[in-house]
Amino acid sequence: MLEPLGESFMQRAILEIALIGLAGGAIGCWVVLYELSYAAESLAHSIFPGLVLAALAGVPLLLGAAPAIVIAALAIALAARAPGTSRDVGVAVVVTTMFGLGVLLALSPDSPPGVEALLFGDILGPGDADLIAAAVLALLLPAVLWLLHPRLLASGFDRGSARALGLSPGLIEAALLVLLAATTVVAVQGLGNLLVVAVLVGPAAAARQLTRRIVPMLFLAAAIAVVAGVAGLYVSYYMGTAAGASVALAIVAAYLLALVVGRLRTLRLPPRRPRAAATIG
Amino acid sequence: MPGQALIEADGLAVGYGGPPAIDGVSFGLRAGERMALLGPNGGGKTTLMRALLGELRPLTGALAVHGRCGTVPQTERTRLDYPVSALDVATMGALSRLPWWRRPSREDRRGAQAALARVGLGDRADATFGELSGGQRQRVLIARALVQDAVVLLLDEPFSGLDNASAAALEALIAELAGEGRGIVVATHDLDQARRSDSVLCLNRRQIAHGAPAAVLDRPTLEATYGGAIVEIPGGGKAILPSHHHHH
Repeated sequence: MLEPLGESFMQRAILEIALIGLAGGAIGCWVVLYELSYAAESLAHSIFPGLVLAALAGVPLLLGAAPAIVIAALAIALAARAPGTSRDVGVAVVVTTMFGLGVLLALSPDSPPGVEALLFGDILGPGDADLIAAAVLALLLPAVLWLLHPRLLASGFDRGSARALGLSPGLIEAALLVLLAATTVVAVQGLGNLLVVAVLVGPAAAARQLTRRIVPMLFLAAAIAVVAGVAGLYVSYYMGTAAGASVALAIVAAYLLALVVGRLRTLRLPPRRPRAAATIG
Repeated sequence: MPGQALIEADGLAVGYGGPPAIDGVSFGLRAGERMALLGPNGGGKTTLMRALLGELRPLTGALAVHGRCGTVPQTERTRLDYPVSALDVATMGALSRLPWWRRPSREDRRGAQAALARVGLGDRADATFGELSGGQRQRVLIARALVQDAVVLLLDEPFSGLDNASAAALEALIAELAGEGRGIVVATHDLDQARRSDSVLCLNRRQIAHGAPAAVLDRPTLEATYGGAIVEIPGGGKAILPSHHHHH
């Protein structure tokens, strides 16, 4: 059990997945509640050309991912304005274009090998810069979410009345997307372009099965992300499976387990209706 | 008995960029007054409410709202699977008084708890919003408006989907809140509810009529409001027959 902890690369991997899990689990709750799972996946895919360019230039992936995500967001906003184009279609067109561009760059004869690391991540080999970025994210993101919490909650609950409550739902959603983008850019280093969405959606979806309150959901999601992430690394260590994929599958397993536990709890809970019916109103 | 003027609309037209969605709207609402807002779906009831909330600016005419408006939407619009308690929802009303970086304080949560007690749900503060009955959810949203210090409450079809006992209890609460000096605007399709209001505003893209229920709720006005004939339903009650319906 303790053997993997003796390995330096596993220590770094566990630290990286724990930091990413804390941030991804927390932001993931709002992604799930605001029904932004498709946006989360799209953002991750659309930064692929930025990752490839950064890899070609030999600079930290963060420097390629950050501008790519800004370009993708602007392109989606522009595409959605085209006549007869819905937001969904705009997202699909931009994401496909960006991802295709990335593949084109990655498979060109001049590109060095290693495109797999960009697609599936390199959780076992995070550099110092990656760990620092993940640590900054894991510290700052919960603080910003704590600050925005009441407004995120109110606007997500009843967007139609948000303005009457003095809120700007558009600004709140924009802030959420910026935080999601920042998390994606950092987490993509560890889990890659194709698997990062697992840590953004899975733990939160699992936590939602287990609680009916937002604050416990936030803590549960972060905890599930960290535990499932570390479990995935252990599976990878002992079974020799791909680390990023093992982490993603461990998160999916946690979700399925939470689904079963949630169902069982619903069945065993006493019916609530009689109490509600006893009060007129 | 009428209190100070809370809303004054004069020749009001409001729209969404194109032609006005409602036109020629003139009415006043005083403290303690309950006004029913009658009209077909798409007739402009929601547009008028959005104008009263300050979300839409008048295209022409004048609109003065003295004091804060609180909105009580239909609970179908709010998400019933959302992980919030009744107290969480009531506390949301405090946000309108706080700058964006401030979180509701313990004092604000105490105020929200008191508002829930005021609407008869003091013992249900910890209940999940989606698990409450329809009438209870309406009360929670009224509590949210009370926490907002709203002097005008805008209720969007608050009685739809409620059984008779719940509707009567909710109507009694609304009457009490009006008695405390608030102005109440209730969008409704229920003519009996409208009859028990202090005033009625009939709206179908333009103002059809405004005045005391006895003066406004006659057959020609209602037919003009709903754009169809009124028929008696066997066993009592009335229904509106749409104008495109053909008799054979």
